[in-house]
Amino acid sequence: MSRISSDSLKARLLRTPLRRNILGALIGLVIVIAVLESVGPFRQGQFATMAYLGIAVGGLTVLTGLNGQLSLGHGAFMAVGAYTTALIVHDAPKLLPLPVVMLLSMLATVVVGAVVGLAAARLHGPYIAGATLALAVAVPGIASFFGDTFGGEQGLSVAQPTVPAWFADAVYFLTAHDVSSSKYLAYLGWFGLIVTFVLLGNLSASRMGRTWRAVRDDAVAAEIAGINVGRARVTAFVVSAACAGLAGSVMVMVVRLAAPSGFTLTLSLSLLTAVVLGGLGSLVGALIGAALLTFLPQTITGLGLSVGLSDLQSAQLAPFAYGLTLVLVILLAPAGLVGTIRDAWHRRRSPDAPAIHHELHPKQETMQ
Amino acid sequence: MTPPARSNHAGPVFEMSDVAVSFGGIHALSDVSLAVAPNHVLGVIGPNGAGKTTLFNVACGFVQPNTGTLHRSGALLTRLQPHQLAGLGISRTLQGLGLFDRMTVLENVMVGADRHAGAGFFSGLLGLPQSSKEEAALRGRATAVLNELHIEQYAARFPASLPYPIRKRVALARALASEPELLLLDEPASGLSSDEMSELGELIRGLVDRMAVMLVEHHMDLVMSVCDHIVVLDFGRVIASGGPNEIRENPAVLAAYLGNEVDDESARLARTGS
Repeated sequence: MSRISSDSLKARLLRTPLRRNILGALIGLVIVIAVLESVGPFRQGQFATMAYLGIAVGGLTVLTGLNGQLSLGHGAFMAVGAYTTALIVHDAPKLLPLPVVMLLSMLATVVVGAVVGLAAARLHGPYIAGATLALAVAVPGIASFFGDTFGGEQGLSVAQPTVPAWFADAVYFLTAHDVSSSKYLAYLGWFGLIVTFVLLGNLSASRMGRTWRAVRDDAVAAEIAGINVGRARVTAFVVSAACAGLAGSVMVMVVRLAAPSGFTLTLSLSLLTAVVLGGLGSLVGALIGAALLTFLPQTITGLGLSVGLSDLQSAQLAPFAYGLTLVLVILLAPAGLVGTIRDAWHRRRSPDAPAIHHELHPKQETMQ
Repeated sequence: MTPPARSNHAGPVFEMSDVAVSFGGIHALSDVSLAVAPNHVLGVIGPNGAGKTTLFNVACGFVQPNTGTLHRSGALLTRLQPHQLAGLGISRTLQGLGLFDRMTVLENVMVGADRHAGAGFFSGLLGLPQSSKEEAALRGRATAVLNELHIEQYAARFPASLPYPIRKRVALARALASEPELLLLDEPASGLSSDEMSELGELIRGLVDRMAVMLVEHHMDLVMSVCDHIVVLDFGRVIASGGPNEIRENPAVLAAYLGNEVDDESARLARTGS
């Protein structure tokens, strides 16, 4: 009897994608609170970094993994979000609550993303890569050029946010701990990440997600099935850009500075490598990729120091280890860490199913 | 969810009038006129390079005619994109199948049913009940088509893992899932055995209760047995038009086939014709 009722409870809880995603979000929230309450300020800062990278990588994995569009310019969208936040908070730090500032930054990025997405929808493969690459190079340049508005090379500094009293009370009520500014930012980042991932999860399980995947797999066939291919591509781009804008907004509050040096091409490329490491189109993979981006360099540097290397040598070890990890994943698990596990699972369920190859470029279209 | 629009128009489901298409200096189609009657199968045949594929591409919106008009149930169609025509009930299969390789068979067919969905971006984003209800309806519709074509056991599989005849059925299921008024079949019999082909013939005849069908096909046995009306193209022009028996005995058709390129099919056509 109890077996049956627990089965039907499980079935009820998991029936719709929304319920599954909310359940996952609640579990994630508990883990986030447990982790953030048990680590010190330095680790809290690292987790805040992981949160904003996770948001950006999550958005990029939707664009690249679900819709087959490659963006080398997501760092530029982060810059748009970051500078929007900095401009608002720089002049009037207490005018608007932070969540409102974050939403406004997303909106600004949505506008830029729509313009770039409209252009990208008309391009294919390497041309999208080229156009977005230009964006990644140009946007920090714009910030330097209009120095009066954007603070030039020095950038715009942002004051440490004050913790709202209700938030401090709520956390104290739940955990009996006080909330420092860095812990508040880590919470803010992870709340943002959890909400973003629930929404992205909803989308990918909805008609929109299926439309994106159909366009990725075969644009011609999708078009004759009644899908407006151009609109689907632009929508994916805008959603992805909005995530990057939110990530930039969180980032600028964590590092307390919006400067051109924070949004180099390296950032855009790191986001893409995190997508590839985790597995194209997988949100869990995006989180793993963001964790690797955040923690791997410091862990490796620490490891180097502990085996007696000099500071400089240890610091040089980190990029080497990162590159090595990337090469190994691409050689041994080309579908990414999560993608490889998922393929193995599918093969177990239907033994003759081939490995599902995750290509960066959509395959050639099958027009006869 | 809106039911497919059934107009009360009594005339042809689809009409092409004086359509001409040229690529550069080459006339792919000249003055082509044809009409597909409701609940009829129209066959389009002709030697290789006669313009059959261009004709299909015009019908589904990939190629815009230089001159001439298209009508659907009496309404003029001007400069519509393929996805807009699909929304109006013109569905098509591709010679290359064009299945979505990284989506399951069920999802492939659900994409075909997309024109019956109305849930927008935000209801998907927020996971509103409307979105999941509609997904269930689409899944039901897709499953019904898989059952009709007897491929329901492959619903959870990926297309690349299936044999070619099954993949062809999946492509057909995707086109049928939209419940079109006009179904364009681009060489549906290529690569099928003779048993599978006669099964396909029965299937096509079974569809005409619900829709009109336009068929490009090389296998004359199939064309002659399923088509109510046949249009013969040669060098982009209609050289003959009529019922299967008329076409079989038409000297211009025999000349076009025998005069250009003699392959198995045209030899058989010549035998049945004489």
